[in-house]
Amino acid sequence: MSGILDIVYAEYNYWIYVTLMMIGFYAMIAKKNLIKKVIGANIFQTAIFLFYVSLADVTGGTAPILVGGHGAEHAADVIYTNPVPHCLILTAIVVSVSTTAVALALIIRIYQEYGSIEEDVILAARRELKPEFSEHARQKGVAEVGRQ
Amino acid sequence: MIWILDITMLFFLVVCAIAAISIKDLLSSIIILSAYSLIMAVVWVEMHAVDVGFTEAAVGAGITTVLFIATLARTEGRSED
Repeated sequence: MSGILDIVYAEYNYWIYVTLMMIGFYAMIAKKNLIKKVIGANIFQTAIFLFYVSLADVTGGTAPILVGGHGAEHAADVIYTNPVPHCLILTAIVVSVSTTAVALALIIRIYQEYGSIEEDVILAARRELKPEFSEHARQKGVAEVGRQ
Repeated sequence: MIWILDITMLFFLVVCAIAAISIKDLLSSIIILSAYSLIMAVVWVEMHAVDVGFTEAAVGAGITTVLFIATLARTEGRSED
């Protein structure tokens, strides 16, 4: 039992990262507002970044900046954190901001077309515009024909 | 790693994330997301990822917020949920 509790205490960063990821996922699938969905996507992405940076941390390590100077004669007895996940996440942050920009540009375009950023309003407008695209409307039509 | 600072910041992260997705006013929601990004940057600097912290403070808290507010200026500021 104490072993499990030790894991829960020692790896608390991972528990927070899972919590944040589920919050973002919930916002992406359950919120009807499109901007709320993008906010959820942002939270999801930063949760994954938090996981990678936690993975790179070394107990007793310092920032991966050279201490002492170049060359063997200056070599200091220092532990560094792992810099490779940091580089991956640096790239991922830039990718995340560009995906956010594209999503927001699409939201502006959708607003110009349908006059709303609520998902259900947009879907209702689409159903009115193009009834043949709506599976629900088609099934209803078939049922009405069957009744006649 | 200073664990008490770490735990406090992680707690604020979860609070900010829940607030950002549950507030109906979208401008408030975006400002809270910006605060979330800034807290995340502090967490990363505290975990010795200084370069990632810089980038997150500049890009996550800066440019993303500007993009969101520019979108809000062209659409509606209220959310149904």
